[in-house]
Amino acid sequence: MAVLVVADHDNSAIVPIVLNTVTAAAAIDADVHVLVAGHNAGAAAEAAGKIAGVAKVLHVDGAAYEHQLAEALAPVVVAHAGNYSHILFPSNTTGKNVAPRVAALLDVAQISDIVEVVSGDTFVRPIYAGNAMATVQSTDSVKVITVRGTAFAAAEAEGGSAAVESVDGAEDPGLSSFIGQELTKSERPELTAARVIISGGRGMQSGENFEIIEKVADKLGAAVGASRAAVDAGYKPNDYQVGQTGKVVAPELYIAVGISGAIQHLAGMKDSKVIVAINKDEEAPIFSVADYGIVGDLFKLVPELDAELEKQDIKPR
Amino acid sequence: MKLLVAVKRVIDYNVKVRVKGDETGVETANVKMSMNPFDEIAVEEAVRLLEAGTATEVVAVSMGVQQCQETIRTALAMGCDRGIHVKTDDELQPLAVAKLLAKIVEQESPDAVILGKQAIDDDSNQTGQMLAGLLGWSQGTFASEIVLQDGKANVTREVDGGLQTIAITLPAVVTTDLRLNEPRYASLPNIMKAKKKEIAEMTPDELGVDIAPRLTTLKVTEPPKREGGIKVETVAELVDKLKNEAGVI
Repeated sequence: MAVLVVADHDNSAIVPIVLNTVTAAAAIDADVHVLVAGHNAGAAAEAAGKIAGVAKVLHVDGAAYEHQLAEALAPVVVAHAGNYSHILFPSNTTGKNVAPRVAALLDVAQISDIVEVVSGDTFVRPIYAGNAMATVQSTDSVKVITVRGTAFAAAEAEGGSAAVESVDGAEDPGLSSFIGQELTKSERPELTAARVIISGGRGMQSGENFEIIEKVADKLGAAVGASRAAVDAGYKPNDYQVGQTGKVVAPELYIAVGISGAIQHLAGMKDSKVIVAINKDEEAPIFSVADYGIVGDLFKLVPELDAELEKQDIKPR
Repeated sequence: MKLLVAVKRVIDYNVKVRVKGDETGVETANVKMSMNPFDEIAVEEAVRLLEAGTATEVVAVSMGVQQCQETIRTALAMGCDRGIHVKTDDELQPLAVAKLLAKIVEQESPDAVILGKQAIDDDSNQTGQMLAGLLGWSQGTFASEIVLQDGKANVTREVDGGLQTIAITLPAVVTTDLRLNEPRYASLPNIMKAKKKEIAEMTPDELGVDIAPRLTTLKVTEPPKREGGIKVETVAELVDKLKNEAGVI
């Protein structure tokens, strides 16, 4: 049976993590379909059809789906669920919001945040913020799954030519409505989607001092994060927090500046491909997970790093 | 307005979790257990609504082994009025918890259920959304602000790119994110008072819910260990390594 990926989108474009979700879907079955439910979202549906490896796009149009609110979207997914053995969502805030509602309506378990497809019914997922990996087997007829984007390569956004089929939605229960949104205005990428992250800890000593980190971030196209200690000290708001109680990230490069490396922080970033630690205390636990450590005063080293990147003309990828 | 809060007993967030040698799970013997941090935020929010006069009663529910009553006592010490303990030694997965909560909602008829967005043990992030689905209620997940009005609530949600505000009709399920509030510590007099508060006990059987797990855990393993790295002396060396050895910049 085919596998359905429920796409996250803004009605005009597909959110990048959907590409990773398609790769996870293809590891289960070659027949991958994508559901795009939105309002005037023809462009998003077409974009979904171009993703390499996608065989068919189901396009549902209706005002109720403009913001992909769970109450309206879940019944649509349920209405089409009968044709699929697996229903995959990206493990971002949209997928995490909708998927469990779908699972409950189908009376099946959900498998959250998978990082590996072992077989059609067996998956690996992190528990305890990645301090342990659980291999779980589902006995349900339909598997509802959310996919950790950083664990799967992105499918090519171009190259596919799947047909876009308009299909029916479902009755809108009218339980929720969108009022507004306040998206962080930043030229920088969002933490959980960033290829490079540079985070500051208590060693930064103030919020203003994050400026030196931000300069480096701009040279690398990096997102800026903070440890819980830095957040608790009021240097940065909570949505910057990387750690067990904040965001769990796994970028290609994570640069920890003035972060000692408390368990709770390590839990949120230790799956990063390459970790760099800059800290004045050579005994700091962060060095035990860092691929490259440099001991010294961050107020000297970080501007030096900035200058070196400038000198070598390093640009964001 | 009556509120229900759900609280889970988990390994304390400061404990370094260790995988058991036989790969059946993680070590829980002699490990400090606490209320799931996101559930503490849920309790705090409910108690604030009680103190503000918006809510008239707050009931704290927990499920699992006998010791879950300690977690309920913590909620009572923070200001909840009474507790409900669904007692079982069997494994409870999110769908089963949601079904049990749905039964308790039938009995208690709250106007809203508030719970943490995720438990820091299994990291599922499912129970609230599942409960809303089972009840046919609206859901305000990952909340950083809740404004209750007549028959509806405006919930500001932490989404990937920032904040989103939605209006949901009551009754509703709300799940809490970190920025919603700063949970209080229970004072000694309140801890003493909480000992006298009522905790009703029931079982999944009495609630008529099949809690059989749908997922079988085949094994629990250590995550791939990181190789100990190297120290570099200069920033130039660091940039060289990142560029030419690691190839990440």
